Amino acid sequence: MMASIEALGRFFTSRLERLGLAARFSGAVFLVLWVSIRRATLIIRELYFSGVRSLSIIAVSGLFVGMVLAVQGYEVLQRYGSSESLGVIVALSLVRELGPVVTALLFAGRASSAVTAEIALMRATEQLAAMDMMAVDPLSRVVAPRFLAAVLSMPLLAAIFTSAGICGAWIIGVKLIGIDDGAFWSQMQANVDVRIDVLNGLLKSIVFGTAVGLISVFEGYFAVPTSEGIASATTRTVVISSLSVLLLDLVLTVMMFRGLS
Amino acid sequence: MASREPSSMITMKGVRFSYADRPVLNGIDLTIAKGEIVAVMGGSGGGKTTLLGLIAGRLKPQSGSVIVDGLDVPHLKKSELYGLRRRIGMLFQFGALFTDLNVFDNVAFPYREQTDLPEAMIRTLVLMKLEAVGLRGAHDLMPAELSGGMARRVALARAVALDPSVMLYDEPFTGLDPISVGIIGRLIKRLNRALGMTSIIVTHDLNETLRLADRVIVLSAGQVHRDMNPEDIRATDDPFIRQFADGLPDGPVPFHYPSIDYVTEVMGP
Repeated sequence: MMASIEALGRFFTSRLERLGLAARFSGAVFLVLWVSIRRATLIIRELYFSGVRSLSIIAVSGLFVGMVLAVQGYEVLQRYGSSESLGVIVALSLVRELGPVVTALLFAGRASSAVTAEIALMRATEQLAAMDMMAVDPLSRVVAPRFLAAVLSMPLLAAIFTSAGICGAWIIGVKLIGIDDGAFWSQMQANVDVRIDVLNGLLKSIVFGTAVGLISVFEGYFAVPTSEGIASATTRTVVISSLSVLLLDLVLTVMMFRGLS
Repeated sequence: MASREPSSMITMKGVRFSYADRPVLNGIDLTIAKGEIVAVMGGSGGGKTTLLGLIAGRLKPQSGSVIVDGLDVPHLKKSELYGLRRRIGMLFQFGALFTDLNVFDNVAFPYREQTDLPEAMIRTLVLMKLEAVGLRGAHDLMPAELSGGMARRVALARAVALDPSVMLYDEPFTGLDPISVGIIGRLIKRLNRALGMTSIIVTHDLNETLRLADRVIVLSAGQVHRDMNPEDIRATDDPFIRQFADGLPDGPVPFHYPSIDYVTEVMGP
């Protein structure tokens, strides 16, 4: 009985301790951000590995998600005789929700897991220690550029995902199903608001990029330096990132879109 | 002639350190003079690497003082500590080369991070350091393409890039073939003399140590067990050092991990 209460307490205190560690670590990363922003070459390298190398998966996924949305949306809309609104439905779904959220989920799997594994392996092979011994702060040299790359590339990737999705919907809706081309675009133009929809979607992306970026560098930096430790750190990055993105999305959506009209 | 200061580079007094509740060092006192090559020996897990961590300020002692080049290491601010570390080089056990950079860029790393030298001059300096370790021809290889001994030499070139006044070697001979051990040993000695560095070598390679070191410090039970000249090691009848020198499995360092009685454990109480 006592033992199980003890175990329960240990479970929660260890989680709480790790959360505190993560908060302190995040603070430390933010403190060195300025140092690292001035090292543009380092950030560009990470933007290439995290952002540019994710382009194909993001664009292709966006295209397919848009196509599926068009098929499903048309099926429902034509029951109410408003299949011309397909462009609006697809665009709003993508701009407000699917663009930022699916991009963040894909990014967590494609890029963040790699960042975690890379940093963890650098720790395991004492590369971070060597850097620290050469009076180079691993936080500003290794961690901050990778974090910044996530924050910067997320909104751009989400925009590409959304654009590809709209193109996909256009191919299905206009080219294959035969909805009127003009109605598709003009309704979309009339009903998608720059501030409410586009800007809020962008904001979501930036928040997701911050969360996913922090989680990936934290898990890598504090990974147990064994093969098992690195494997579980990589898994944790994907799992915790995905859950955080979905939870944050709920919170942000409520804050942004509750009480609209 | 000016009166010569007693020029100690590193002084440790009453240093205690433990990981969680496992004590590793129980009151270390030692002084290392400028320009000395000191070998620190002792069993595995005996706190040798911890000692290096304390000198470099990567670890903080629970009590006692660590003075390096006149600076109170455990109480330095981060910027001061980094200032000190620019004058300390460290060779890691397996080199710790940056795997995403080639040999040239690895050695260029300290120059690019710590100086504003133009790239042309960095190139000259890097090639000089690589020449000193005999690997100028390998400058465009990646770390994965190097043998263990070559990687260790590149790491050595990188560690001495900024001409440090103190060099820390963490098991520099581990896992190397005898030729590479000889090469690294000779390089350590040569760099030490050429650059006037103070060198601390953590090792359990007795032969190489005796050839290399001015002084040997033997750690046991978290304390300085003996502090002696290399010649005296061969002759000593100290049981711990004899066990170490002759590679005896049992002695003052027990063969068995502490455990309850064998018969009791196997047969049950």
